[in-house]
Amino acid sequence: MNMIQAINSAMDIMMERDPDVIVMGEDVGYFGGVFRATAGLQAKHGKTRVFDTPITECGIIGVAVGMGAYGLRPVPEIQFADYIYPALDQLVSEAARLRYRSAGEFTSPITVRSPFGGGIFGGQTHSQSPEGLFTHMSGIKTVIPSTPYDAKGLLIAAIEDNDPTLFFEPKRIYNGPFDGYWDRPSQNWSKHPAGEVPTGYYKIELGKAKIVRAGEALTILAYGTMVHVCTAVVAEAGIDAEIVDLRTLVPLDIETIEASVKKTGRCMIVHEATRTSGFGAELSAIVQERCFYHLEAPIERVTGFDTPYPHSLEWAYFPGPVRIGEALKKIMKDA
Amino acid sequence: MASEHPRANLQPLTLHIPEPKFRPGDAVDFAEVDVPPAGEARRPDTADKASDFIDLAYTLVRVLDDDGNAVGPWDPKLSPDVLRRMLRSMALLRAFDERMFRAQRQGKTSFYMKALGEEAVAVAAAYALDYEDMCFPSYRQQGLLIARGWSLVDMMNQIYSNTADRLGGKQLPIMYSVKEAGFFSISGNLTTQYPQAVGWAMASAAKGDTRIAATWCGEGSTAEGDFHSALTFATVYRAPVIFNIVNNQWAISSFSGFAGAEATTFAARAVGYGIAGLRVDGNDALAVYAATEWAAERARTNQGPTLIEHFTYRAEGHSTSDDPGQYRSEGEPNAWPLGDPIKRLKDHLIAIGEWDEERHAAQDKELAEQVKAAQKEAEKNGILGHGLHQPLESLFDGVFEEMPWHLKEQRQQMLDEESASGRPWDIKA
Ligand SMILES: Cc1ncc(C[n+]2csc(CCOP(=O)(O)OP(=O)(O)O)c2C)c(N)n1
Repeated sequence: MNMIQAINSAMDIMMERDPDVIVMGEDVGYFGGVFRATAGLQAKHGKTRVFDTPITECGIIGVAVGMGAYGLRPVPEIQFADYIYPALDQLVSEAARLRYRSAGEFTSPITVRSPFGGGIFGGQTHSQSPEGLFTHMSGIKTVIPSTPYDAKGLLIAAIEDNDPTLFFEPKRIYNGPFDGYWDRPSQNWSKHPAGEVPTGYYKIELGKAKIVRAGEALTILAYGTMVHVCTAVVAEAGIDAEIVDLRTLVPLDIETIEASVKKTGRCMIVHEATRTSGFGAELSAIVQERCFYHLEAPIERVTGFDTPYPHSLEWAYFPGPVRIGEALKKIMKDA
Repeated sequence: MASEHPRANLQPLTLHIPEPKFRPGDAVDFAEVDVPPAGEARRPDTADKASDFIDLAYTLVRVLDDDGNAVGPWDPKLSPDVLRRMLRSMALLRAFDERMFRAQRQGKTSFYMKALGEEAVAVAAAYALDYEDMCFPSYRQQGLLIARGWSLVDMMNQIYSNTADRLGGKQLPIMYSVKEAGFFSISGNLTTQYPQAVGWAMASAAKGDTRIAATWCGEGSTAEGDFHSALTFATVYRAPVIFNIVNNQWAISSFSGFAGAEATTFAARAVGYGIAGLRVDGNDALAVYAATEWAAERARTNQGPTLIEHFTYRAEGHSTSDDPGQYRSEGEPNAWPLGDPIKRLKDHLIAIGEWDEERHAAQDKELAEQVKAAQKEAEKNGILGHGLHQPLESLFDGVFEEMPWHLKEQRQQMLDEESASGRPWDIKA
């Protein structure tokens, strides 16, 4: 399965298992979503459980919060993460705080799916990575898969979770892993072990990172598309790096991070979102707080630049092999 | 509590989910679409109170009848010369769309969006506005630029993100920005331009200026919160602004019912705000012109905002990334009861003896040549498919007026890495 099919399968299974799970969003019904992630779900589960919505992101999330308060488990889609901003207030002031402010009388068991990230010539409004905005707000979980296998297991866990969860789907790797070289032929998931996805139910606990590649030389913390770019760069460089796929940013698996950095003594953080106040800043602070006496080199951050996503220069913006390679050089300088 | 099961005898509720009339494979019959005769709708004085002509938000202002005659009180009585120029702009827009759509398919750019079937909406409005008025368009009003005589080569440069792109390759293709032609920078985030147009209009009024603003969004976009904020501000401050809703029936795969069309018209959105509302035949260039002219006069005489719903049809896919065959009947575009806006204006000009088929065919040929020549010219500056046209460091220009230290540092880092990047991971290098 590719990642879109895995995500589709997760929703399908959860709708079969739980009549309270419903799917809603712009174009998700009859058409099955502009990325086809909800294809076939309406035909199978009916129009009142899978339906198109008006084009109003704050409406979609506000309504999902109300449905959740009733007892349903809505899985709303925001067509592109760039369009989540109109829904910001409903997400951060309402969904994220409902449990806290009502002392648990009301909760928001919603799972907001949204394709994010660049590398598809989407320009400024189809490329952004807004995860840092949400990790900054308490009460909302943030999940980012990097493989079809994880996407399905994590999405099932998110839908079962009783807290509001943002599920950001790295659209660059919907169809296959990506090594960061945009001018090389693209790969697809059928030749990748993580593309082998069981058709039935399974879940991957939220808050658990995955060691993609064990190593001794340094620790690379990454998520989403960047896991693949880092893996490719490390393989070509022949460096014994430990690559940790965070999988969920909130809650964060600090045990895995701490153990890895203490073992390797070096830490590099890679994400596509802009640098300043990005999630990398948080990771860097955590590593510094917990592993300072084990560090043999300053922590390195490789991120998107602090500019909007440029259409024609997107490959210069994207943290690709060149930038990651240079950071590797720097962090390993006195090894 | 009177009973243990207080709701036992009540009927279960049901949830209504709208459904379009036709899906792929269905035969199309638009008999249910209410098309009142041309010339029937009344034309209030522009000084009349909005509450005195609420009926106009529920009918369809039409000027051109089935025989190509201009009839009724809304006939703007344009000179044959203006009519021919309008026809020419609409045909040029169609030729431009056709060529750029193909350019995308040939891999020369990443994305394109056509306005096929709704050419009258932007073009006729542009003719009815002053060149000085500020337009806040959505992504399907390239007709404004074309009607305002803007350079096709300049538009294509933007589409190709090439060396001559005035936006420096930073913006998605078709998201033009031409301040000089009164064309506000387009956002990919739907309906954000609506409150901005109101703000521009309020500023113009506050300054005692004479210019007005006009803005456009699709019917699907009327669901966005920004739409409603804009209408509230406009009515409160009686802003000199024209709100255009392009009801082309489809918002990607969602039919207009998902924006509320089953319950009311889009023009009727105006009623609740106390704003003047008109619903016009969007495929009738004369009706669009007349409505815009009327709304502009209201704005210029401090009668405040007007909302115009243009009832039309999106004959092509949503964009080059869309396949409408997946969600709507193939027969729809041709069965659309309001016809083709270009043909209708052409027929009118022929009916009044000011045009003929031969001249029209010759003009189409000439316009195709004009577009082709413009494309050749633009391609001299490069196409997106041929790699990077902007200097790498320009990536950091325009975030702020003056570049702060952190951007300078990032720019330098990028340039250093690029120049050192033979084998970037080679630690000894
Ligand atoms: C805030 C926001 N949400 C979603 C989108 C994705 N999107 C782009 S166009 C579109 C449909 C708009 O339909 P409509 O307003 O009817 O205009 P039309 O394309 O028919 O001209 C959607 C959902 C977006 N661009 N911005």
